[in-house]
Amino acid sequence: MATRVQFENNCEVGVFSKLTNAYCLVAIGGSESFYSVFESELADVIPVVKTSIAGTRIIGRLCAGNKNGLLLPHTTTDQELQHLRNSLPDGVVVQRIDERLSALGNCIACNDHVALTHPDLDRETEELIADVLGVEVFRQTIAGNILVGSYCAFSNKGGLVHPHTSIEDLDELSTLLQVPLVAGTVNRGSEVIASGMTVNDWTAFCGSDTTATELSVIESVFKLRDAQPNIIVDEMRKSLIDSYV
Amino acid sequence: MEMEQSGMFMPAQTVGTVLCCICGVAMPPNPANMCVRCLRSRVDITEGLIRHAAIVYCPECHSYLQPPRTWIRGLEPESKELLAFCLRRLRLPQRRIRLVHAEFIWTEPHSKRLRLRLRVQAEALHGAILEQAHMVELTVHDRLCDNCTRAQANPDQWSAVVQLRQLVQHRRTFFYLEQLILRHGAAVRAIRIAEADHGLDFFFGSRSHATKFVDFINGVAPIRFRNDKQLVSHDVKSSVYNYKHTFSVEISPVCREDLICLPPKLANALGNLGPLVLCTRVTNSIALLDPLTLRSAFLDANQYWRAPFKSLLTSRQLVEYIVLDIEVESAEVHIGGSKYVMAHAQVARITDFGKNDTMFTIRTHLGHLLNPGDYALGYDLYSANNNDFDIDQHKNLVLPETILVKKSYQEKQSKKRGKARTWKVKNLNMEVDTTSKGRNDEKRNTEYEEFLRDLEENPEMRFNISLYRNKEYQPSEAASTADGDDIPSIPLEELLADLDLSEDEGNQNGENMDE
Repeated sequence: MATRVQFENNCEVGVFSKLTNAYCLVAIGGSESFYSVFESELADVIPVVKTSIAGTRIIGRLCAGNKNGLLLPHTTTDQELQHLRNSLPDGVVVQRIDERLSALGNCIACNDHVALTHPDLDRETEELIADVLGVEVFRQTIAGNILVGSYCAFSNKGGLVHPHTSIEDLDELSTLLQVPLVAGTVNRGSEVIASGMTVNDWTAFCGSDTTATELSVIESVFKLRDAQPNIIVDEMRKSLIDSYV
Repeated sequence: MEMEQSGMFMPAQTVGTVLCCICGVAMPPNPANMCVRCLRSRVDITEGLIRHAAIVYCPECHSYLQPPRTWIRGLEPESKELLAFCLRRLRLPQRRIRLVHAEFIWTEPHSKRLRLRLRVQAEALHGAILEQAHMVELTVHDRLCDNCTRAQANPDQWSAVVQLRQLVQHRRTFFYLEQLILRHGAAVRAIRIAEADHGLDFFFGSRSHATKFVDFINGVAPIRFRNDKQLVSHDVKSSVYNYKHTFSVEISPVCREDLICLPPKLANALGNLGPLVLCTRVTNSIALLDPLTLRSAFLDANQYWRAPFKSLLTSRQLVEYIVLDIEVESAEVHIGGSKYVMAHAQVARITDFGKNDTMFTIRTHLGHLLNPGDYALGYDLYSANNNDFDIDQHKNLVLPETILVKKSYQEKQSKKRGKARTWKVKNLNMEVDTTSKGRNDEKRNTEYEEFLRDLEENPEMRFNISLYRNKEYQPSEAASTADGDDIPSIPLEELLADLDLSEDEGNQNGENMDE
């Protein structure tokens, strides 16, 4: 189910939140309405954590993560790191990495199996990503843009990319990611997909400017119409419980 | 593009389709990511453009006002100059909007509306460029421009007048000047032309036109003039003074074919030119010819007016003679474009011929023209009563009895009298004051006849004059071969066919057949 939401009258939801299959991070806002929307959707399924990174609220663009781990930039303070370690489930590895390109959310786009990264990322970072997130890493560009983390958003079910992506690029990416991809827009024609929406396997949150057409495209490509959160999380929980025992 | 040229491999890039974010129709992606119709329904790029404007038009002189004060002429309806003028009036914001196309939509001329259709391009949101049509309606308001109001308020308002005068008893000079003025178009700017006794008045709207006219006359006649002005009104605040200017121009009284007795000082200055001289040509200088020695001199206008003199005898006093015998004395002499031959001749006055035996033996310069039995016109000094100061000044002056001036075709031409000529001249439209005393219409007509005859006889006089073919002339059936070639007439090549712009018959184009 795709929901329309606004952060303090701003439609760029993907900037102020990070949604994965195991947890959700939201920024600290003036009013509680942003947080409460996420709460109402996700409360009994996954933890929703309020945080800041490096003292800022643009947490969605600074960190990258999936159900296996979370990567934070070197500018994250120790307190924030500790807070996150405490709040997130134990199966999630929280790692602070030293990387020149500190806006990890703009440089890395990932789901639980594959990640696309900025072509100029360090070799060590790439290895760390492969370790912490447990994904296969590919260096790619999208429609000629090197900030892959901004111009595409994908989950394990499907993905949405920059509208100017050519058909050959779309095919190539789709082969790499092994998910169906579609080129489209969000927030009434905005091309910056990942900052306009945030998505996981059963739900998505978009800016309130998103038109009905865009919403229907999102729902169809991410297969959100008949997604049942419980089934997905139960599968994950089994693995979590295993670790306890 | 450069990468392709440098030989690198570029994979094919086909543009995919996205859905329009508003209406969901598949379209190729564009910067706004909306289909054209949704974009157009949301963004109106012609928002700030004006749709109605007004322009001002003067119906008298067909000109349009460009504020604040310039009036532009020559803008034809639906022409591109008019289109450019209208576009300037619309004040399009050049920074934001680009004009791609503009055209007129036809409106009735009397509707006083001009309609334009423009196509403009401007940037809509997110860098997408949109092209849109825009209609503008211009209302045409009628208003008389300043010049037309002034002309209408007082059509006779003149501010400069040129008064041409020549103190002689005939109007030949003015007939000739009239033709010259017509040929050169010197009086096109004149508001009014009026006839006065001894001359003509030309009224102009501005002093510069009058000065230009006076300059023209200066080049064709020996004149002296003075310039005066009279204050009409005066604006105290801006110190603008309105004057009426008057140019009094006096033409020298010496005419062609006049007999002149030069004052002794002038005769000495010209190299002891025999005191009796004939005036052969008057342009802006006077050409004098001594008929007894075939010497000639030229007098500039300045030279003449420094020591002005009058003619002794004028062409009205010409008397007809018949040549009884002629004996060529000297060879041909070319002076100033004409040739003369000195000859001894025995002549008798027509009035004496057959009645008594009065004959004169004289020397004449017309040896090349005259044969025994010809008629000639000359001055009868034998019986003339000269009351001239200059003649008395010359001591020991022996006057010849007769001086022949020109050959006469009078007898032969009397047969031709009443026949139309093959050519005609145009006239200036002058206001003639028919009520004043002292006008003699008959005298006027005979003088005009003589002027036309002069034109026929003298090719050099025709030089500066435009002659037109006379359409009403029909050569008579009784061909005048008997009259022969003695009578000088104007050859056909010299005549201009008059440009006829009337709509009946086929238009005869004015081919210039000038020599």
